[in-house]
Amino acid sequence: MAFIDYYKILGLDKNASEKDIKTAYRKLARQYHPDLNPNDPEANKKFQQINEANEVLSDAEKRKKYDKYGENWQHGEEYEKYARQQQAHGQQYSGFGTGHTQGFESFEDFGGGDFSDFFQSMFGGMGGRSSGRQAKYRGQDYNAELHLSLKEASETHKQTLIVNGKNIRITIPAGIENGQTIKINGHGGPGVNGGPAGDLYITFSIAADPNFKRDGANLFTTVKLDLYTAVLGGEVTIDTLNGKVKIKVAPETQNGTTIRLKGKGMPVYKKEGEAGDLLVTYSVQLPANLTEKQKQLFTELSKS
Amino acid sequence: MTTQGLITAKDFCTYHHVEYTLIHSLNEAGLVEIQVINHTDYIPESELQKLEKMIRLHNELEINVAGIGAVTHLLQRLEDIQEEMRMLRNRLSRYEGDDF
Repeated sequence: MAFIDYYKILGLDKNASEKDIKTAYRKLARQYHPDLNPNDPEANKKFQQINEANEVLSDAEKRKKYDKYGENWQHGEEYEKYARQQQAHGQQYSGFGTGHTQGFESFEDFGGGDFSDFFQSMFGGMGGRSSGRQAKYRGQDYNAELHLSLKEASETHKQTLIVNGKNIRITIPAGIENGQTIKINGHGGPGVNGGPAGDLYITFSIAADPNFKRDGANLFTTVKLDLYTAVLGGEVTIDTLNGKVKIKVAPETQNGTTIRLKGKGMPVYKKEGEAGDLLVTYSVQLPANLTEKQKQLFTELSKS
Repeated sequence: MTTQGLITAKDFCTYHHVEYTLIHSLNEAGLVEIQVINHTDYIPESELQKLEKMIRLHNELEINVAGIGAVTHLLQRLEDIQEEMRMLRNRLSRYEGDDF
């Protein structure tokens, strides 16, 4: 366990007064409170650190222990009791670096590390937090990103996510947009001191599609049209998200003409049965590698 | 009248260890909806999350009702702006990248 400098977290030095601690805590808590910084995991983490620091430093007894034992402040008293007991019995246990009470002035006596498993199992409940006196804090919000293709985003479907080892099955409504975030209540980190759990925020990242561009519920695509169909009219087959459709091309269709296929776009988010349109822009392709005969015909055409 | 989907204000206050006057003040300020049925105050389930957030702001940051109103308003504006920015970014992506 790395040492946490609670004074540093609150931006104080060791001689800070109770008032200084209270002021620093209030200022930082307002800055980093999770409700004021939605979807910001860094702020969330910082807020938890600030709370922990305040919990220790604002309590005279805890602060005294923290100043004495450093990172092991919560267990220092128990260790001292244990060490005294062992000394009385004339026993020594390996792993603690010292078998007597003297010199146990700082956590360096433990080699800078955490207490051993043996110590924890012997004294139990190493959290050392007396929940009765402490405020309840809401758990950390979790953030996750889910990648979907445009096709997947066009259909309501279920997906199972693993968040902190727990399986969460969610229904993704058709029409979800790129960058859209949905909140799943109570699936974030557990609360502190019996506070409510945080929420899980899932942000959707929808990959760019090679055939379609999207604007809300409307889709846009470009279809190549040969010169002869553009001039004389005919039929063209177009890919939509739900398969191919055949559409009629009017004679003398100009390059860049856009037609609208009603209801062939993306479903509208959470509006069952509603869908946007597919806007198809024709890109007329001029013939290349003309034969002599074709050139002659075009020449005749140009003179007519 | 049915009380389905409603929680009594009394239960809410007991659970969250808050005074009813706070809920009443939030209601007076138009920040939270309370329904009165047969002389009992109820909080609709749909209001719970919003109300719990306000209680946290009050308890953890010592923000008064007027402050909660301002914070709520600004957070809503922030959310609206973020949503608008997301929509504009998506729209912009139509004009970026390759021509197909």
